Amino acid sequence: MPVHPTLADVETDGGQNLRLAEANSPSSKVLRLPESEPLRLACDQLLAPISIAYETYGQLNADKSNAILICHALTGDQYVASQHPVTKKPGWWSTLVGPGKPVDTDRFFVISPNILGGCMGSTGPASIDPKTGKPYGLNFPVITIGDMVNAQARLIDHLGIDQLFTVIGGSMGGMQVLEWAASHPERVFSAVPIATAAWHSSQNIAFHEVGRQAVMADPEWCGGDYHSFGKVPRNGLSVARMAAHITYLSEDALHRKFGRSLQERSKVTFSFNADFQVESYLRHQGSTFVDRFDANSYLYITRAMDYFDLAAERGDVLANAFRGTKARFCVVSFTSDWLYPTRESREIVHALNAVAANVSFVEIDSNNGHDAFLLEEPEFFATIRGFLTAAGTRRGLKV
Amino acid sequence: MQKIPQGPGSPRVDHLLIAEMVEPGSRVLDVGCGDGALLHLLAETKSTDGRGVELSRERVNACVTRGLSVVQGDADRDLANYPDQAFDYAILSLTIQATHYPKTVLENLLRIGRRAIVSFPNFGHWRIRAELLFTGRMPQTRNLPEPWYASPDAHLCTIKDFAELVASVDAEVEDAVAFNTSGQRLSMRRSIWMQNLLGEKAVFLLRKRYTG
Repeated sequence: MPVHPTLADVETDGGQNLRLAEANSPSSKVLRLPESEPLRLACDQLLAPISIAYETYGQLNADKSNAILICHALTGDQYVASQHPVTKKPGWWSTLVGPGKPVDTDRFFVISPNILGGCMGSTGPASIDPKTGKPYGLNFPVITIGDMVNAQARLIDHLGIDQLFTVIGGSMGGMQVLEWAASHPERVFSAVPIATAAWHSSQNIAFHEVGRQAVMADPEWCGGDYHSFGKVPRNGLSVARMAAHITYLSEDALHRKFGRSLQERSKVTFSFNADFQVESYLRHQGSTFVDRFDANSYLYITRAMDYFDLAAERGDVLANAFRGTKARFCVVSFTSDWLYPTRESREIVHALNAVAANVSFVEIDSNNGHDAFLLEEPEFFATIRGFLTAAGTRRGLKV
Repeated sequence: MQKIPQGPGSPRVDHLLIAEMVEPGSRVLDVGCGDGALLHLLAETKSTDGRGVELSRERVNACVTRGLSVVQGDADRDLANYPDQAFDYAILSLTIQATHYPKTVLENLLRIGRRAIVSFPNFGHWRIRAELLFTGRMPQTRNLPEPWYASPDAHLCTIKDFAELVASVDAEVEDAVAFNTSGQRLSMRRSIWMQNLLGEKAVFLLRKRYTG
C-alpha cells in the first residue's frame, strides 16, 4: 500500500486510501501558503508550508460585510452543507446551512475551513512533511485552538475580508468562536458559541485521555508511524470514538433509542458478542469513524481542546478576554448536554456581562445531549435565524 | 388627570410611563424583561441600545428570536456580574415584587445604571386594603390573580414602603408617577397618602444620592 495515495489509487482501494488522498489533495478548495509565510504556533515552532482546505457557499457582497465563518467540531470538516467526499453523506450542518435556512446562503457568504491539524486537506499529522516526503505523524507540532484560529485568519485575509459578519460553531467550534472574539475582536461583528466552554474541564480532559490511550495502545498505531507500515490503528481509534460517542448523547437519548433491547436475538448469548442494540450501535459508530478519520489527527485535536483555557492566558479572569468587545454574542446551550453543561455557557455569559457586552443567551430544552447542536432543534434554529436577522439589520445588510 | 391611551394590544401603561422617562439613544438594561415588550417599545420610540435579563427560558428564547439581546438569568443572582454604571438606565418593571432580595436588587440597579426605573403594583391600593379589611383574606384582584400560596410575588409593598426602601439605599427620587385602575396618571400634587390609596401601580425614576 502506498504511503500517500493519490485519488487515482483510490479507484481500486476504497475507504482508507480515499481518506488519505483527501488529506493531501482534497476535493474542496485549498489555500496553500508557501514556505515564506509560516505560521508561528503557540508552542513557538514555525509551521510551513500550510494548506487550509475550505468550502464556500453563497456570494460575498460588494462591501464584504456578509461573510459567516463556520467552525467545526472535533471530527467535523469543511463539508458543512455539501456531500462528504469519503462518506457520501450530506454535510454535517446541512439542516442549518443552505438557501432559506437559518444560516441562509442566499443572504450570507459562508466560509467553512477544515481546521489546522485536521485530516480533510488542511495541514495536519496525515499531511506530507516536505522535509521527509512522508506523513508528519508525531513529527507534527502540538497545536492549540489559537493556532487553528490564526490559520483561519490567514484564509480570511486571503479572501480579502476585514471583518466577519458572524463566527459560529458548536463544541470545539464554539471554542474557536470564543478565541476569535478574544484574539481578533476587531474582526468579529457577531459571535455564536454553541454548546461550548471557555476552558476544557478536567472531566473532558479525562475522557480525551481515555480516547488517546486507546489509540496509542493499539499495536497497529506503530508509535504514530502507521502510515509507513501501511497500517491503521482501527481498534484503538474505534474504541476512542465509542467512548466519545457516549459523551455526546444523554442517558435519556440512549434509553429512548435502545433501552435494553437485544440485537437480532431473543435472549442473551452468554458471550461478549454485541447482544445489546446499544453495543452494536457503538461498534458501528466506531468502525465507520475509522474509515473517515485519521488517528493521529484525533490525538492532536483532542490535545488542542484540552489545552484550551481562555482565562488562563488573561490573568485567570475570563472577562479580560472580552474587555472592550463590540461584538454581539449569542450563547447557546442545551439542557441535557452534560459534556458542555449550561453552567459553563453561563460562565461565558457572566464574563460578557462583566464587560457590558451585547449578549443573548438561550438554553434550549432538548433531550439529545451534546449532539443536539447538530440536530434539527426547532427552538435552536429559530434562535439562530432571529439572532442573525437582527444582527444583519444592525449591520445594514440588505435582506 | 392625564389619561394614557389604552386598548387591546397597546403598550402597558407603566411601559409608556417608563418610555417617557428614558432619554433617546440611551443604553438600557431591562431586568425581568418578559416577552421583551418594553425593550421593543424603547427601541422603536427612543432608539435605545437595549439588553434584557429574564428568568423564563421560553420568554428568553422568544426575545432572541425577535432579535432582542436577552440573557436567561436571575435578578437575585446575576446582577452582581454587571459592572458599575454600564447602562444609562437599569429598569425593573413589575418585577421587584417577585425577587427574593428586593433591597439587593435595587442596590444593584442603582450601581449598574446611572439611573434606575422601577415600576411595581401598589399593595396600598384601596381595593386591596378593602379586601383584606372586609374578607380577612389575602387579596386576589386583577393584578394579583393568584392565591397567596401560588403567587410568584414574594415581596409585595406599598408606595410608602417603596419610598422608604429608596431612602434606605441612599437613592433619591427624580420622578414618581402613580396611576389608577383605568390607567389615569395621578397628579403629583396629591399627597403620597392619596397616591398610596388610589394608585394601582407606580413608576419611580431613581438616582444614587451623591455623598461627599
